[in-house]
Amino acid sequence: MNADVIIVGAGIIGAACAHGFAERGLDVLLLDDQRGGATAAGMGHLVVMDDNPAELALSHYSLSLWRQWAPLLDEGCAYRNCGTLWLAANEDELAVAEQKSTLLDAEGLGCRMLSASAVHEAEPMLRPGLVGGLHVSGDGIVYAPNVARWLLAQQPQRIRQQHAQVSEVSGNRVRLCSGEWLSAEVVVLATGSARELCPELPIRPKKGHLLITDRYPTRLRHQLVELGYVSSAHSSAGTSVAFNAQPRPTGQILIGSSRQFDSLTPEVEHDVLARMLQRAIDYLPSLAQMNAIRSWTGFRAATPDSLPLLGPHPSQPGLWLALGHEGLGVTTAPATAQLVVNQVCKQPCAIDVTPYLPQRFASAEQPA
Amino acid sequence: MSSAIELHINGQLLRVTPGTSVAAALYLAGDGSSRTAVGGQRRAPLCGMGICQECRVTIDGQRRLACQTPCTAGMQVESQP
Repeated sequence: MNADVIIVGAGIIGAACAHGFAERGLDVLLLDDQRGGATAAGMGHLVVMDDNPAELALSHYSLSLWRQWAPLLDEGCAYRNCGTLWLAANEDELAVAEQKSTLLDAEGLGCRMLSASAVHEAEPMLRPGLVGGLHVSGDGIVYAPNVARWLLAQQPQRIRQQHAQVSEVSGNRVRLCSGEWLSAEVVVLATGSARELCPELPIRPKKGHLLITDRYPTRLRHQLVELGYVSSAHSSAGTSVAFNAQPRPTGQILIGSSRQFDSLTPEVEHDVLARMLQRAIDYLPSLAQMNAIRSWTGFRAATPDSLPLLGPHPSQPGLWLALGHEGLGVTTAPATAQLVVNQVCKQPCAIDVTPYLPQRFASAEQPA
Repeated sequence: MSSAIELHINGQLLRVTPGTSVAAALYLAGDGSSRTAVGGQRRAPLCGMGICQECRVTIDGQRRLACQTPCTAGMQVESQP
């Protein structure tokens, strides 16, 4: 045995799991091929999402864990409890905001409806004419690559990191590209590209574009998301864009979002980027006068029901999964770690794990 | 030779030949630096072709790339902070 636990993937999920296992006194070997994945490419938002009860339970639980980490994180982690302002552009979206408000209130999450004038007062950069909004106070942002580094640095005695590409996984054993086999009591796959290792997993890459501006005197205070985001986030085919903007601590504005199922190349696609930016300028007209310094893409690991796979592999004893988080990997990393570590250690979990168990797709493993 | 263009760099008057880029004007006016990075160091034009984004300056109130912007009469260029 090369460790108690081998984790494949050193993004925010792998790092949170490594940190969780190390806290229980287990020795962790963390393997990463340093190709970079969703953690480095994503927005780093911490946001309660409520599209279904299981998503709400996971994101709510995880945000409570983020708040426990928050005072300990270093400045490089860029944690800010900026809250999210969900924007309603019409009466239909306002009705969605009100439903969302009722749901989040029932969970004990701090939120309040804003009138059109209150939205404008909260964020004067927004265009006039929005009909209202919903402020969710517990949401925030981080710089996820630095959080991953911070997590690993908390347990230097327990966590060993190795730069290696895994070519094969078999239960509690992994083979490196060098040909060497490694084994542990437990192997955890925590990489969005897990399908290369386990083609039976129901994971599809969902491409996204992001763009960041130059630094400017602070103009935004909240993360801004259009309520149309939910329909964009849930489309299962084609290309969709939705307005999402974040004030970064540097004074930059980070702009999303796009979703594509049909593009597997990492290049920035200018037609998609243009649509995304036009959407952003519709909400923040003065963005058009600002300078953008970088745009890039990344791939979300999407499952058919938009919930992650957290638990034992359905047919490979010793192999555990912590992947398929789509756009919520940063938000749900601390909860993911707790749910996976507690399952492995046969301890009770704070929330019901049933909706996230990989077993739910076991009967559909073979494509029809 | 056509007549010189007058512009201001950080409030200082500068005369340049038509066709001079703002990046070149930064060197004519001083140490060539264009901006201050988030870590506090001064930065200066690097690639000269509009890719690296190191030469961001404020021109007449708008953030622009110095290497991609020709000097024009009356321009106000700020490389601070």
